[in-house]
Amino acid sequence: MRLIPKEIESLWTLFTAPTIWALHFLACYITAAVTCAKAGAVPFSFDTMRLALGLITLAALAGIVLSAVLAWRQWGFGSGDPPHDEPTRKDRLLFQGFATLLLSGLSFVAVLFVAMPLVFIGACQP
Amino acid sequence: MTGAAEPELSTQERKAQEAELRAVWRTPSGWRYWTSVNNTEIGLWYGAAAFLFMLFAGVLALLVRVQLAVPDNDFLSADTFNQAFTLHGTVMMFLFAVPIFEAVAIFLLPSMLGARELPFPRLSAFGFWSFALGGVFVCGSIFFGAAPNAGWFMYPPLATDKEYSGIGADIWLLGLSFIEVASIAAAVELIVGIMKCRAPGMRINMMPLFAWYLLIVAGMILFAFPPLIAGDILFEMERMFDWPFFDTARGGDPLLWQHLFWIFGHPEVYIIFLPAIALMAMIVPTFSQRPIVGYSWIVLAAVGTGFLSFGLWVHHMFTTGLPQISLAFFSAASEAVAIPTGVQIFVFIATMLAGRVIFSVPMLFGAGGLAIFIIGGLTGVMVALVPFDWQAHDTYFIVAHLHYVLIGGMLFPVVAGIYYYYPLLDARKLSDRLGKIAFWLMFSGFNIAFFPMHLSGLRGMPRRVFTYPADIGWDWFNLVSTIGAFIFAAGVAIVVIDVVRPKHRQPKVEENPWNAGTLEWISEPEEKWGVRSIPIIRSRYPIWDQPGLIEDIKAGRFYLPDVKDGARETLVTSVLDAEPIQCLRVGGTSILTILAAFSLGGVFIALTFHWWIVTIVCALVTLAAIIAWLWTGTAVIPRQEMRDVGLGKSLPLYTSGPQSVGWWAMFITMAGDGTAYASLMFGYFFYWTIHDDFTGGHAGPGMLWPLLAAGLFTLAWLAMLLARRFNDGDRPAATRLSLLAALLLTLAAGGAGLAGPYLTGMDPTAHVYPAIVWVVALWTVVHGGVGIVMQLYCLARSLTGRMDARHDMDLVNVVLYWHFLVITAVTSFGVLGLFPGLR
Repeated sequence: MRLIPKEIESLWTLFTAPTIWALHFLACYITAAVTCAKAGAVPFSFDTMRLALGLITLAALAGIVLSAVLAWRQWGFGSGDPPHDEPTRKDRLLFQGFATLLLSGLSFVAVLFVAMPLVFIGACQP
Repeated sequence: MTGAAEPELSTQERKAQEAELRAVWRTPSGWRYWTSVNNTEIGLWYGAAAFLFMLFAGVLALLVRVQLAVPDNDFLSADTFNQAFTLHGTVMMFLFAVPIFEAVAIFLLPSMLGARELPFPRLSAFGFWSFALGGVFVCGSIFFGAAPNAGWFMYPPLATDKEYSGIGADIWLLGLSFIEVASIAAAVELIVGIMKCRAPGMRINMMPLFAWYLLIVAGMILFAFPPLIAGDILFEMERMFDWPFFDTARGGDPLLWQHLFWIFGHPEVYIIFLPAIALMAMIVPTFSQRPIVGYSWIVLAAVGTGFLSFGLWVHHMFTTGLPQISLAFFSAASEAVAIPTGVQIFVFIATMLAGRVIFSVPMLFGAGGLAIFIIGGLTGVMVALVPFDWQAHDTYFIVAHLHYVLIGGMLFPVVAGIYYYYPLLDARKLSDRLGKIAFWLMFSGFNIAFFPMHLSGLRGMPRRVFTYPADIGWDWFNLVSTIGAFIFAAGVAIVVIDVVRPKHRQPKVEENPWNAGTLEWISEPEEKWGVRSIPIIRSRYPIWDQPGLIEDIKAGRFYLPDVKDGARETLVTSVLDAEPIQCLRVGGTSILTILAAFSLGGVFIALTFHWWIVTIVCALVTLAAIIAWLWTGTAVIPRQEMRDVGLGKSLPLYTSGPQSVGWWAMFITMAGDGTAYASLMFGYFFYWTIHDDFTGGHAGPGMLWPLLAAGLFTLAWLAMLLARRFNDGDRPAATRLSLLAALLLTLAAGGAGLAGPYLTGMDPTAHVYPAIVWVVALWTVVHGGVGIVMQLYCLARSLTGRMDARHDMDLVNVVLYWHFLVITAVTSFGVLGLFPGLR
């Protein structure tokens, strides 16, 4: 079994990291909204929710790091510098890798941003 | 020569080719001019119409400013004032800011991508006519005192109050739903065009940045507009039939509207802003005379902004009492979006520093716009902070912020674009002198008008008040704002004068007058064929880097230099590397698109006035027009399978499945449709979260009928899969039988779906629970009805010999529709049947 998936050629890999951000964001928003709206009915506390979302955050960050590693590989481990504007398949791949790597970076930071309230806010309406 | 290898044609042969091309792409004359579907005409009409709507909304804004110039003014009555500002916001957002980019994109993209046309020219025409008709309908209402008057975001319960809002709210809801259809049509056209119709060799790392931005924006439209359509459906059901979605007395909640509106409304800000920045990404390299610095960074910014913009909607709802942890998530995302936004601005600055900047009129407007936008962005970071927003919410501070963002981020770049691209329209430049005067009037007028609003807002002046007393310290700010608004308007007027003044005495400029590097500058204003021959692209700035390119294109040395079968043709290429895979025949001049748009408009207008019979007649005409359009214009079996496209290459004329543009269009449309559906389901669960018992004690649809419906829809889907399989095996009889079986199963499934709520006597006006159950069931069954029309269509195609094993595009696309339908049906009826028991 291979640890890191084989390289795939598709436009969609570009969107992996932002999609993980979106899923993480939705998970945080929906879980918090339901927990607060159904405070009496859900079988767990606000702190448990924070912990669970913290773990989801770690999973999301791990996913983004994986996307970044794959992108780094596609970018030839940084062997060539941008602008990657030659009319060749190789440069197209390098461009995809580099752009995906940049998006992974942005998504990583954005996930951290969104997760920060979990550290600082201890109740639905403090 | 840049890659062509054909034997050279004689001048005579070339002239003959050109004459044929000209004939095929000719724009009809006389009244038939309006039946044209050519991208240059549609783009021009679209842009002109959007611009006229902008001027109209601008006049409304001046009326508003006159009313507010002095305290206790009675220039406008309170009600006219309410109509004026509501229509101002509505028109600027829906009839100018979004459509102007659909217009620019439809006009520019084909030549920018080196294509003859976008893949669905008739769809563009349909979108334009829908937009024009809907726009006139919405704008005209103010002359009858019937304009919407509850603010451009139409919050209930004010907007659901029939006594206050009259017919205006219906005009807003139905008129704009119609225009949203046009936007989604444009999104489909742009996505498929950018992904599949680029010139050979234009790999994704070669794509002009404008195309990258528009690709992202079109994707955003697909996920942003449908929630508003879902919201419009709920809203109109409440107004028309008293289904209480937003009525708290019967379990509804006005906040659901706010959610659905802003899930649309916030991404919309970026849907407006990104294409404007896209124009800058074309203009800045030209006037710096060098390639953009940080192409990949721009792609990062476009994609990143596109995603993050969907995590911001609640920042319009910070004062609604949502849990603070929820507010904090949205606040954090709102801060994060500043990162990609900033990246673009630094890329432009870096490009200007690395090149030698020529300060022309387009650059002036571009740079001035960016300066204004940055101020708006910074106040945006301020209001993204919850505690600050609690103070500034619904004050003139917000009015200042949003105008800084939209006018700096959108209007100024658009004017830059007008000055930059005008030679493509008319082969002449606009006046440098008038442009500079206009810029300084607009720039100074804008700041004089809007900067004081920050201060009046901080002094507590609320939005949307029609007048104010003299002694509370707002009067000077308002007077200055009004003076500024008129200075600004004078600048806009000069731009208008510059555009419409007769220029036939002015000498024509040479082609590509700014010495730009991108492909749109090869297009010739007099010729309608897009490009003389479709080139092979080897650079991001082909005009700069591929010597001889323009001559070779014009000499017809590349692909498709000739006409065959009198058809309008362009190339379809692969998504990543733009390798040619098909010669696509696109639709030509047609009256059907206008008929379809106007009859659909009739449906929406008749609904506004509750003219049910007219509604039904118009709906039938729409259906007939669309079917005639599809029947005569799509999936036509060509006389020969292959077409010699030149340069020793032969390409198929007919493809189906993911290779074909039709398949992509269906997939994209259904992604949007699925988003609208997801928004309705969001509503269902939203009501569950806000109530202890969301059924309000009302009986549900039971388990039997919904589950039966889900099962029958699944069987119908399986029968469709079977039909496709039989068709692949060239067994027409079995194909038709399977289609028939699928049709009967769908009918039964629809009946079962409605039987649940009907037989259990669920009354949708009694409480929100029966209402939302009915809406979800109806949505699904109506989609089943569309599925039946498609099955009948495939049957007819098969019976008339228009569909066989090799030519199966119709069936493949219909099966794709059914994949989405079966997911919808199983989710709908699974949730309706099982969720009330599970919770």
